[in-house]
Amino acid sequence: MTWVEVNAAPELIHTPPLRLKQKSADRTALNTDMYCLLKCSPLILAVAVCHGWLFGDFVGKQKELDEISLWPLPQKFQSSAVAFKLSPGSFQIVHAKQSSAGPSCSILVNAFRRYFEYMFGDLKKHEKSRKKVYDSDLAELQVWITSADPECDGYPSLQADESYELSVDEPSAVLKAANVWGALRGLETFSQLVYRDDYGANNINKTDISDFPRFAHRGILLDSSRHFLPLKVILANLEAMAMNKFNVFHWHIVDDPSFPYMSRTFPDLSQKRKGAYHPFTHVYTPSDVKMVIEFARMRGIRVIPEFDTPGHTQSWGNGIKNLLTPCYSGSSPSGTFGPVNPILNSSYDFMTQFFKEISTVFPDAYIHLGGDEVDFSCWKSNPDIKKFMVQQGFGTDYSKLESFYIQRLLDIVAATKKGYMVWQEVFDNGVKLKADTQIHVWKERPQYQDEMAKVTAAGFNALLSTPWYLNRISYGQDWVNIYKADPQNFTGTDAQKKLVIGGEACLWGEYVDATNLTPRLWPRASAVAERLWSDKSVTDVGNAYKRLVQHRCRMVKRGIPAEPLFVGHCRQEYMGL
Amino acid sequence: MAHTGTHSQPVRSCLLLVVVSVCVQQVHGVWPLPQQLHQSADRGCLSPQRFSFTYGRDSAAQTGCSVLDAAFKRYFSIIFPDFTKGSGLLQYVWSEPQPFVVSVSVKTGGCDGYPDEDSDESYNLSVSEGQAVLRSVTVWGALRGLESFSQLVYQDDYGSYFINKTEIVDFPRFAFRGLLLDTSRHYLPLHAILKTLDAMAYSKFNVFHWHIVDDPSFPYQSRTFPDLSNKGAFHPFTHIYTQSDVMRVIEHARMRGIRVVPEFDSPGHTQSWGKGQPGLLTPCYKGGVPSGSFGPVDPTIDTTYKFMESLLKEVKFVFPDSYVHLGGDEVSFACWQSNPNVRKFMEKMGFGKDFTKLESFYMESIMNMTAALNRTSIVWQDVFDYHERPRSKYVVEVWKQGCYLCEMRRVTKAGLKVILAAPFYLDLPIPTHSWARYYIVRHLAFRVQRTEEQKKLVIGGEVAMWGEYVDATNLTPRLWPRACAAAERLWSNEEKTLNADLAFPRLEEFRCELLRRGIQAEPLFVGHCKHEYDGL
Repeated sequence: MTWVEVNAAPELIHTPPLRLKQKSADRTALNTDMYCLLKCSPLILAVAVCHGWLFGDFVGKQKELDEISLWPLPQKFQSSAVAFKLSPGSFQIVHAKQSSAGPSCSILVNAFRRYFEYMFGDLKKHEKSRKKVYDSDLAELQVWITSADPECDGYPSLQADESYELSVDEPSAVLKAANVWGALRGLETFSQLVYRDDYGANNINKTDISDFPRFAHRGILLDSSRHFLPLKVILANLEAMAMNKFNVFHWHIVDDPSFPYMSRTFPDLSQKRKGAYHPFTHVYTPSDVKMVIEFARMRGIRVIPEFDTPGHTQSWGNGIKNLLTPCYSGSSPSGTFGPVNPILNSSYDFMTQFFKEISTVFPDAYIHLGGDEVDFSCWKSNPDIKKFMVQQGFGTDYSKLESFYIQRLLDIVAATKKGYMVWQEVFDNGVKLKADTQIHVWKERPQYQDEMAKVTAAGFNALLSTPWYLNRISYGQDWVNIYKADPQNFTGTDAQKKLVIGGEACLWGEYVDATNLTPRLWPRASAVAERLWSDKSVTDVGNAYKRLVQHRCRMVKRGIPAEPLFVGHCRQEYMGL
Repeated sequence: MAHTGTHSQPVRSCLLLVVVSVCVQQVHGVWPLPQQLHQSADRGCLSPQRFSFTYGRDSAAQTGCSVLDAAFKRYFSIIFPDFTKGSGLLQYVWSEPQPFVVSVSVKTGGCDGYPDEDSDESYNLSVSEGQAVLRSVTVWGALRGLESFSQLVYQDDYGSYFINKTEIVDFPRFAFRGLLLDTSRHYLPLHAILKTLDAMAYSKFNVFHWHIVDDPSFPYQSRTFPDLSNKGAFHPFTHIYTQSDVMRVIEHARMRGIRVVPEFDSPGHTQSWGKGQPGLLTPCYKGGVPSGSFGPVDPTIDTTYKFMESLLKEVKFVFPDSYVHLGGDEVSFACWQSNPNVRKFMEKMGFGKDFTKLESFYMESIMNMTAALNRTSIVWQDVFDYHERPRSKYVVEVWKQGCYLCEMRRVTKAGLKVILAAPFYLDLPIPTHSWARYYIVRHLAFRVQRTEEQKKLVIGGEVAMWGEYVDATNLTPRLWPRACAAAERLWSNEEKTLNADLAFPRLEEFRCELLRRGIQAEPLFVGHCKHEYDGL
């Protein structure tokens, strides 16, 4: 694209000279003229030579542009060397006149304030500079929601349209999106375009962006069972997710070690001994859960809870009698328990009620049902189960028993009108699944590329996590391999590739709690974020490194303790501790 | 429980709880494990209102002793965190609180001095009903004893404080128990360093090895050569340690019985020095002309030695410790090799083509300077390796992987003191459960030709947290509790601390205690602490 073409887009470009006249009141005529000359000449030059626009890899071409480090990289992006000043005292983020959203749209109003603070710091600190209003080349950012329903009170979904168009030019920048979800992504991008020059002034370059995600499902899994994660940590990570355009918080909320979810229907699950680590300090109350969901909604993030069964359920056992299978040693019960007991009707009655609650507490259309790593040894030891196996004609194939359980569970969940996600074992074991089931690929063997091919060949939606187990750490720059993995990198038809809806970075909790979660996750998860958002062709590690270094400093500046990629420094170092 | 108000009641309530405690079987360990520890199940109540520290009548230190006065204040808040946080809920009205007095006696004063390599850190602690008696030779020993005492106090489920009857006789296995922080590859804000010093004291570390400058940046603001940080720091104002910052670190460390040993690593690892000190580094040559890049310090010109002498004089003035770390590791010879002046110098000195001789020549010179300033040099093992028959006494720090015990044998055979760092490189972010690998390190396992004399030359060990991938965002959880494992190896009796499985529950408990004290120590494995970390 040339500069002239952009200029031709009428709704995006306003006439610059007008603004200069309006604001020249407090300047002398001479100053104004000089100012105009200084500011306009590169602009004129840019038009004349048609070189003002630089495509994509502008990083490093100019010192000032070094400061700009978009992450994840937008799909289509043009920037020019022409810089506009932003004054914290007078710059505003406003609803465009034509926008279908207004001041009552809480998502946007909150986002305006959030991004204003990211860009300019705390408003109160600017009281002084507000009084002596100095000129802003860029007066405002207009946010224009184009569809009739801006979805201000809705929840983001798999189908949410997150695309947006952003045009930065004098005197107004315009952010155009179909609804609030795209606008949120655009606001993040806009905030990343703002940089400080050597004199501390805020600048933004003339820019045009047209952006949309490559994959619809871009998730982070946190495990709040192996270690309890205080609410504060979860919320901070939702903030960091929004900075990276992640849109799914996969909440692995319960597991063997503890059951911190406080159920209204079955409070004993968390309150009985060996349910939650502590019934009052280590639980998520209904209002905590609500808060997480609302905090996430404000950032365009879905919350998908995982209630993993029939394995990984040790912590469920004390709260619900007879739910787990009693293991036998020889001919008598050993006192230990295995997976959910799949042969009792009471198990399914419980699941029906329990998932009824879950389906109302969590608004998202999907629930993650787990289904991974079921250990058959306890089932094998139990004489009642063995009898049941014979009755059902399963022989000694316990994966058939697992299928039997999962099958009934899926019916129960389907009755709540929710879709479901499951770990790959459920698919591998040949359980009959609804067509829109999402298969979550996590195993290293067989190779995930083969598994992705198999899952999509069977017509199911696939999600990838195998290369993104961020709880695995090693010395050096391991973000590079995280960055290089691609969910569509398998042999298959185009139709198969289309069934890949995205992926998730997983941070399992064996060795992670509030003390080390955030620096372990960020900025390594950012590498996943770009893979899932940006175009497939964005693979230059050198370029990514430069941008990611800046992006991590930006996260640090915003209060996220994202660890360093390598030797170096940030202008503002982390001040927490 | 009912409010009775009689005098005998509180004692009986305590006894009642003793019975309960036997069933609960709680562990109230001390980390690192004291040399001798005898605990009984008898326990006494502690009430913050009636608790006090006093100086023993025969103590050489009395009120006004800066180190101990500050320690009393510090440990009171550590022992009774709820008291100082102002939650009054834990005060029971049903019993008249019993007084508890910790009486501290030290043999020698020295409250205004600095800990040093000869400091006696031993102490005896005797806890009985209503009182504890802590005896030590120096205030530094008293600090170690106070730390142990604070770890003996615990709270029951009702929030009451207890301590069991205990006898401890304790002293460190090694005199040098160090922790290295690297403030050059990433700048560490002052509060990150101070917090690390706090945590070091909890594990009885006693040397802060401050790897203050290196290739990437020179954050130390020198009074003699201000350009070093003006031009060599990441930022001349925000990313530096001013003289007052350094003094603050030294004083914070002193209060905790921790020595501060600065490292000014040369002749390699000095890229950042070159910016502020033109002519210091060797110009590298390419095809007969200077390439514009620079190598190690130029060891062939007099100005280098004049500069180093001034710098070391300043270091002696600023850092009170008797040790100075002079580095000397990983010198790349390529640049020296390329430089015609250096080659000429080699010829003149008769070094032939052996550049290790040139490095030895340089190191020897600055070690002599250091000795003339009445300071002991520590150097990385490279210096020893190049020059196995040392002409002067210095301390060798062993850091290379491989057979580090072989190296220890060689060094001690040459009659030099040695510090072991090789197995304690904590910047490698292995999962926490591998803390056991630090735990099983055996310093003195080099059996061949080992004599008592040689054994004595092993003065300790050091955990190293290099900064390539570490800054304030991830420093603390990467250090703790893994460094605690090394700390126990350096303090405790080797025979009693051979089994990592036995140590596991104690370390798990100590990690939770660190959390309670506000240290962001990462988890060892699945589980929880009563007081989880409350920061971000």
